[in-house]
Amino acid sequence: MNIPKSSLENFATAQADGSATLSTPPAACRLLPTHVGMGAFLLSEVAFFSTLITTYIVFLRQTKGSNPSPATVFHLPLVLTATGCLVASSATVHFAARAFRNGNRAGFLGWWGLTIVLGATFIACTAKEWSDLIGRWGLTISRNLFGSTYFTLVGFHATHVTVGLMILSIFWVLALRKRLDNSSHVGVEIVSWYWHFVDSVWIVVFSLVYLIGR
Amino acid sequence: MYVLMAIFFLVVAGCEALAIRWQLIKPGNDFLNPDTFNKFFTMHGTTMVFFMGMPILIGIANYVVPLQLGAHDMAFPRVNAFGFWTTLFGGCLAYFSFFVPGGPPAVGWFAYAPLTETTFSPKSGVDFWALGLLVSGVGTIAAGVNFVATILTMRCPGMTLTKLPFFCWTMLWTSLQILVAIPPLTAALIMVEFDRVLGAQFFNPQNGGSAYLWQHLFWFFGHPEVYILILPAFGMITEVVPVFSRKVLFGYEFMAAATMGIVFISMGVWAHHMFAAGMSRTLDMYFAAASLLVSIPTGIKFFNWLATMYGGRLWMASPMLFAVGFLAMFVLGGLTGIMLASAPFDLQVSDSYFVVGHFHWVLIGGTVFGVFAGIHYWFPKVTGRMLSERLAKWQFWLLLIGFILTFGPMHVSGLLGMPRRIFTYQADRPWQLWNQLSSLGAMIQAPSYLLFVINIGWSLRYGRPAGDDPWDAWTLEWATTSPPPSYNFSETPTVRSRRPLWDVKHPDDPDWKYE
Repeated sequence: MNIPKSSLENFATAQADGSATLSTPPAACRLLPTHVGMGAFLLSEVAFFSTLITTYIVFLRQTKGSNPSPATVFHLPLVLTATGCLVASSATVHFAARAFRNGNRAGFLGWWGLTIVLGATFIACTAKEWSDLIGRWGLTISRNLFGSTYFTLVGFHATHVTVGLMILSIFWVLALRKRLDNSSHVGVEIVSWYWHFVDSVWIVVFSLVYLIGR
Repeated sequence: MYVLMAIFFLVVAGCEALAIRWQLIKPGNDFLNPDTFNKFFTMHGTTMVFFMGMPILIGIANYVVPLQLGAHDMAFPRVNAFGFWTTLFGGCLAYFSFFVPGGPPAVGWFAYAPLTETTFSPKSGVDFWALGLLVSGVGTIAAGVNFVATILTMRCPGMTLTKLPFFCWTMLWTSLQILVAIPPLTAALIMVEFDRVLGAQFFNPQNGGSAYLWQHLFWFFGHPEVYILILPAFGMITEVVPVFSRKVLFGYEFMAAATMGIVFISMGVWAHHMFAAGMSRTLDMYFAAASLLVSIPTGIKFFNWLATMYGGRLWMASPMLFAVGFLAMFVLGGLTGIMLASAPFDLQVSDSYFVVGHFHWVLIGGTVFGVFAGIHYWFPKVTGRMLSERLAKWQFWLLLIGFILTFGPMHVSGLLGMPRRIFTYQADRPWQLWNQLSSLGAMIQAPSYLLFVINIGWSLRYGRPAGDDPWDAWTLEWATTSPPPSYNFSETPTVRSRRPLWDVKHPDDPDWKYE
């Protein structure tokens, strides 16, 4: 059943004739593996957060009636500040990525740095909120279902923000030391995708926990 | 490495299965005590699904997919290594539970709450089990990310998605399913651990938590999981059947659409595992109807395989033997699946040996036969040597006979009312004969797996040299040397049809004129 070796060796040439028209599509419309990989990873993150959010919804009725109740403990001005910071940071990371594409290093450092500051403010607000919840209201993860679902959902989101802040900071330091070149634009892009994703998750979490769930 | 790890865990979990069958050989047996029995079936199920089934499929695909695409390697080799080591580490974590006080978990592979709460499982076995699955799940997700990126962006010039080798197509959809199905399990396991370690209340009904929620979350993962286990096997069969029938695959487009159909439908049928848990009639009807829908795309696939074989010049070498075994066995498992999908029938046999018979029939008759077909097909490519056909045939027939004898009688003992997960039964029940047949079947199956391991070891050293293309096949992996160089192809190939090698071998009548 073996076929002559030579025909296999001539494989590329045998295929090449007349195939010029269907060769590689232009580079512009090709997604890089990194882009697709990040997209796939974010899909799995969507599934992960969907599960936590669904769980929150399942227990929503018990949560509303719990003691202490969400309406008592949530301090909206603080949460709104945090939300504002995060939404704004989505815009700044977008400007930063655009500055990077245009080779504007100062613009990139500025916008990217502002993103880090805004993200850190968000985390600081969460920290303040948690210290109130635990210290003032005695709401812990083991107190009741409100605590269990709230700290799990908001906690995993905050973890994602923290991880994002670390990655952002690494890029910022690298840019400061001039270690980023044109080939880094893919990295900058997928980090900004991740940041947009974390931001969109927060919009859902905020609406559910602080608006619907009160 | 993935495959070696999987074979190691296959042996471990196989020994657990043998111990279970030995215990059930006669009424009132005391080979295993009840607690050990529970631990063994928990670890057997967990191992076979997470540390044998998925790794062996991912391992084969890691090797074959880049070759079929005409790529040098997977998109992210380091993510690949990360996936492997986390999966192995997860397996070690789960098995570490054998060495902690209290031993491994005794909660069954789907670990229904509140059994997993500290009230009922105070020892750390469940913790190791949960962490093991969590960690290996991360590894599996990494593999899924890698496959999607590789298949979507690393195809060689000319290979549009409609010209994709079918195994790659099934791996693409399997990976998407991994990405959607595994994270909910990860989240649910985290909740279990929060309950156990931090005192959260998710699955603790006494404080308002919901044991029912765990069932939903687990099966939202658990049902797509069986398709994660079977779709790659479908892919392997779809590669093997045309080559050994010497015909083009019948109805490629329909096969491709059926794969998508199975993926989408299977995401919406999870609660057919929960009819017995008590749902509203509306939900019962929806999930029964949705589950029955899965049989349509699966039937399309089945008839396309038959149509591919019909009128072909069948070459019954070992890969084809396993493929035909797959076809014959899987259809029977599919039929009991249709029976179980109808809620009224399911209520009668839920948690009986009928269910055990059913899912072993599809997982072994489907996944294991499919994987053996794939391994016998690609072994010459991977090692440059042929497997011994004689040993392979012995292995096949022992497996087929042992398999039918083990799991066939389970359907009967189940219909006779034998519940699953009982460590023994009384002599006045009509179950003894059927259990003895099952245990006998297990004793016949065991040497078949042993022969497989022996065959691999023997053929690695003494096997006949394979040449580049021992099966006269048509996909790109057979165009490079056996074993392939680490860069796979010295020159990036260009393809113009679904069977690029056919075009090369038959320049007077190439496929691309017809597609």
